[in-house]
Amino acid sequence: MSETALQPPSKTPTPRSNWKNWIGVVPFFLFAIMFIFLPSVRLFIGSFTNEEGHFTLDNVRQLFTQQYIINSYLLSIRISATTALGGGIFGFLLAYSVTVGGLPKSLRSALITFSGVASNFAGVPLAFAFVATLGRTGFVTTILKDVFGLNIYDAGFNLYSFLGLSLTYMYFQFPLMVLVMAPALDGLKREWREAAENLGANSIQYWLRVALPILLPSILGAMILLFGNAFGAYATAYALTGGRLPIITIQIGAQVRGDVLHNPNLGNAMAMGMVVIMAISLAGYSWLQGKTERWLR
Amino acid sequence: MNISVRLRKFPFWSWLWFILGVLYFVLPLFATLEFSLGMQRDVLSLKAYQKAFADPKFWQTFGYSVFLAVMTIIVSIILIVPTAYWIRLRLPEARRIVEFITLLPFVIPAIILVFGLIRVYSTPFHIPFTNIYLGQPLTNFKFGTNILIIGGYMVLGLPYMYRSVDTGMRTVDVRTLTEAAQSLGANWFVVIARVILPNIRTALLSGSLLTFAIVVGEVVLASFLGVQAFGPYLFLLGQHRAYEPAALTFTTFLMTWAAMGIIQLVTGGQGQTAGAH
Repeated sequence: MSETALQPPSKTPTPRSNWKNWIGVVPFFLFAIMFIFLPSVRLFIGSFTNEEGHFTLDNVRQLFTQQYIINSYLLSIRISATTALGGGIFGFLLAYSVTVGGLPKSLRSALITFSGVASNFAGVPLAFAFVATLGRTGFVTTILKDVFGLNIYDAGFNLYSFLGLSLTYMYFQFPLMVLVMAPALDGLKREWREAAENLGANSIQYWLRVALPILLPSILGAMILLFGNAFGAYATAYALTGGRLPIITIQIGAQVRGDVLHNPNLGNAMAMGMVVIMAISLAGYSWLQGKTERWLR
Repeated sequence: MNISVRLRKFPFWSWLWFILGVLYFVLPLFATLEFSLGMQRDVLSLKAYQKAFADPKFWQTFGYSVFLAVMTIIVSIILIVPTAYWIRLRLPEARRIVEFITLLPFVIPAIILVFGLIRVYSTPFHIPFTNIYLGQPLTNFKFGTNILIIGGYMVLGLPYMYRSVDTGMRTVDVRTLTEAAQSLGANWFVVIARVILPNIRTALLSGSLLTFAIVVGEVVLASFLGVQAFGPYLFLLGQHRAYEPAALTFTTFLMTWAAMGIIQLVTGGQGQTAGAH
């Protein structure tokens, strides 16, 4: 007894069983190593290796000098930013309308369920659905032509273009915004509005000077999430445009298929470039998320 | 004051946004439905559906996708439930690193994941620092490809499955349940299989359905790994047919809807959503 009492209190009361506890998570780490780390590390090493297997910065240099690669990144960034902004604003307004906007409560759960469906409805089926809607003989195209006398294809619209792909992406973008923003809007306390009104603020003043500043980090964070969501998309764009719109995922897909096999390690570098951009977005998202939680908990 | 609040004007803008949103949701679906019913001239008919379902390739690929989805769900549960349980009970210091890993799939899009998997597993396994190579490349035989694609799908579903399971365990008192079961003589296997699993079944169901929705129509991993699944089948069908793909698209939508509807029902709106594109 006195022996143990003299010893400094140990931080880990059972040091022997402590490392054994890690055995319980070994399967999970093995899985992560096999299916997440090894593939990523291989791409990472590959992007710094030349065809003879020696270290090189040439692949990474080409990312910033080859015009078609720069253009692909820029196109992907433009589409992702456009749909993140458009989907973000529209999704926010929708989330607003069913949370604090005064619509009946029953519409809220309907909208949330539908958003859950739509944010998961992507890839090949989504592309087909938009061909049936806004394609040359699509439903909406025909209605606009027959009822309003407006031929959108004569007016310069094309589904297989930047605008068309953006409209298609919007289908899974704004529902995601609704899902992320609805809880944040719920966090706006009624007292804040009442306090603002008691001090003589009107609705616009309340939104501009109280609600939006509080929500801003979470709006920006959600938009970053939307950006990453669109940036990694491949199947929707490929099924819709068949590779005619060379966004970066489609360029990488072509590298994997071996269509342009002059330098396989360049493909590795392009993939790493994407991972870096995605990682920066996710870091930004979680940083902003942390800032919001202070207020909305 | 109170009366003026109560009589606040009809929420015109809210209704406008809501109706626009509903139109955006519904129009593509309605257009797909209308198109899929128009295979026979001038009458609405289910002919496109009959033809699509009559194709044995459809049942083969769809059945295979369902098989992959079910395997993905089973292996994910076997892997994730004990891990999350162990972290909660014995190893809280591993929480941060494991949660970080479960978020990685958000940073690594499917196209990059499959690229890396092919690069690693299309050559025989190489023991580092030696010239010894073991076995065949996994991409060369069917069982190996199945392992790769199920592993890949587990990665895609990891964030949703882990979060569902972890949330489910937060709501039940894992420690007390474990102690009670152990005092009655249960071993670890019995504790997890017969005490923990039934108590988090809602969370498991929503994680599973979400994984199912992601896997069944998935096209990127399947087509690059050369797997004859439903996603690549639908894509190829779309290259040379018009009505049948529309019919299958609408069917896919109904399935996604069913999956999300059930999640909504069982979790009361707490289900985490959003998938791979």
